[in-house]
Amino acid sequence: MKPYLERRQLESKLWTYMSPVLALLLTLLAGALLFRIMSVEVAPALYIFFIEPISTSYGLSELWVKATPLILIGVALSLGFRAGVWNIGAEGQLILGGIFGGGVALLFYEQEGFYILPLILLAGVLGGMLWAGIVAWLRTRFNANEILTSLMLTYVAELLLSYLIHGPWKDPEGYSFPQSRIFSDSALLPVIADGTRLHLGAVIAVVVVLIAWGVLARTRLGFQIKVMGDAPDAGTYAGFSHKKVIWMTLLMSGGAAGLAGVIEVVGPIGQLLPSISPGYGFTAIIVAYVGRLHPVGVLFAGLLLALSYLGGESAQIELNLPLAVGGVFQGLLLFFLLACDVLIHYRLRLSPNKA
Amino acid sequence: MFDILILALLTVITAATPLLFAALGEMITEKSGVLNLGVEGMMLMGAIAGFIVVTQTDSILLAIIMSAVAGAALAGIFAILVLVFQARQVPAGLALTIFGVGLSALLGQSMIGVAYTGLPKIAIPGLASIPVLGDLLFNHDIMVYLSIVMLLLIRYFMNRTRGGLILRAVGDSHDAAHALGYRVNLIRGLAILFGGAMAGLGGAYVSMAYSPLWVEGMTAGRGWIALALVVFASWRPTRILLGAYLFGGITILQLHAQAIGINVPSQVMSMLPYLATILVLVLISRDRVRIKLNAPASLGKPFHPGH
Repeated sequence: MKPYLERRQLESKLWTYMSPVLALLLTLLAGALLFRIMSVEVAPALYIFFIEPISTSYGLSELWVKATPLILIGVALSLGFRAGVWNIGAEGQLILGGIFGGGVALLFYEQEGFYILPLILLAGVLGGMLWAGIVAWLRTRFNANEILTSLMLTYVAELLLSYLIHGPWKDPEGYSFPQSRIFSDSALLPVIADGTRLHLGAVIAVVVVLIAWGVLARTRLGFQIKVMGDAPDAGTYAGFSHKKVIWMTLLMSGGAAGLAGVIEVVGPIGQLLPSISPGYGFTAIIVAYVGRLHPVGVLFAGLLLALSYLGGESAQIELNLPLAVGGVFQGLLLFFLLACDVLIHYRLRLSPNKA
Repeated sequence: MFDILILALLTVITAATPLLFAALGEMITEKSGVLNLGVEGMMLMGAIAGFIVVTQTDSILLAIIMSAVAGAALAGIFAILVLVFQARQVPAGLALTIFGVGLSALLGQSMIGVAYTGLPKIAIPGLASIPVLGDLLFNHDIMVYLSIVMLLLIRYFMNRTRGGLILRAVGDSHDAAHALGYRVNLIRGLAILFGGAMAGLGGAYVSMAYSPLWVEGMTAGRGWIALALVVFASWRPTRILLGAYLFGGITILQLHAQAIGINVPSQVMSMLPYLATILVLVLISRDRVRIKLNAPASLGKPFHPGH
């Protein structure tokens, strides 16, 4: 008896959706083991990590606050991943969105006007698009690998933000702390539930999910994206432009990441700081995969991964565990997911004789 | 002035060594036809493993070994994912980096603020006393020598041995290699583990010599730069040496710019290695024919034996 993998004729629909569930269960098991190794009591630790943060309505609102950028970026990344365009630098595009949007907010400092907030959001989208557009240009014009260029630009974006708030954009009354002025009220996203930090961004994220769903299911571009990912040769034969798909998916994911960035700075943060994201751009890669590269799936996956941030924070406060535990859980989840995905394409068989 | 130049060249070597280790390892992995994007994560695991062992046991040799083991262990997860579970290599490598960043931060929690003196220099008797050249070539810490030894060994292995030929065959056409009776997945597994061990060594050099302390995510993108270096070097060991030292030079520009009197914000100087990486990628990649000739033909493609 030796187990072996037999290729399926067709993809398994069942395992496409069961794989994330199985992966989550395995992650919880591995998490329990991890807590054991760190000599933390397992049951209370899992409770503090996964249940307690969302046991109150305030906790649920915080879940949405954290999920907003993850969903926004995850949705857009999944369009690119479907087409085989690997934008790994969403974190950098997010930062550029924050810089552009934050820049406009500072420009209109202490001014009133209904047009200010839309301008800020637009600037954020453009900032993210600019950063991703560089990647698309380098890829289509010079054939430069988008994984590496988008990542390098992430480091450049971090340094650019650092330069701005240490230099020209530093708060003049900030006791030389590296931060910008706190934005005026006219530049801030309105809170949509009293007593929480839940802001308009959450609504925007849901709208973006619906738009992406429409694009993927109903438009020519959506069809081209799917064909380019599944059967690039067929796409070329049908006369689809590979360059166009690269440009469109990168601009869309860059724009969405930029929007996520500007929503962070004029939402929960309210000013420019040295770090405006705890790695949302990277976590969104996991969100896209757990969500099966489908907009609706990404919505749920975004909420799940947001929990890893909240859980990490409450474990830090109550159990004195390092914040990095959240990152470990995220990595484990993606490991298990990729492993479980084997069941989509293969059947596990046992051979009675030798394999 | 001459002393300053020597000093600058010495810092180039320390900045280049982590890249040299990591890129050489990744080159071997890619030569077998596997693209592992987890270099950054493996370097961080090596960095924290080496730092913990050297500060707790004071044994440099043990620290070097354990950093290689830690890098290889993380690479082992990747090997299982892509070779056994047939996972796609790009997301699996990304998962490795995300996991490695998190796990190293977790392990390093108690190491923040711990001091280490850095690896001692070992002067090679006789040769080290040659004026100028002696200091430049024969008075380094053990890992710098090790990096050069590894380069020579890998060069010899790739160009002069049967093993190197088999590795290249597996990377260029796994079906043909399989038909010839070579165990493709076993060979790829070994290449992945070797790449992980080398990335671990590169990471250890950052935490034990380049800036001897532990900071979360302290490799600061060197794993990704190493990945770019492999492309830059067209998968050739000697060119990786050249590339690593070139990047080492760019990295230390930021340290010396102020001294020479260049008045540019420090952040702009820090951007240079990343911008240079992009520039180099652009210059190399636009020649599609050359990339195609040099890249392992099966790079990134999955292999499932039989059936």
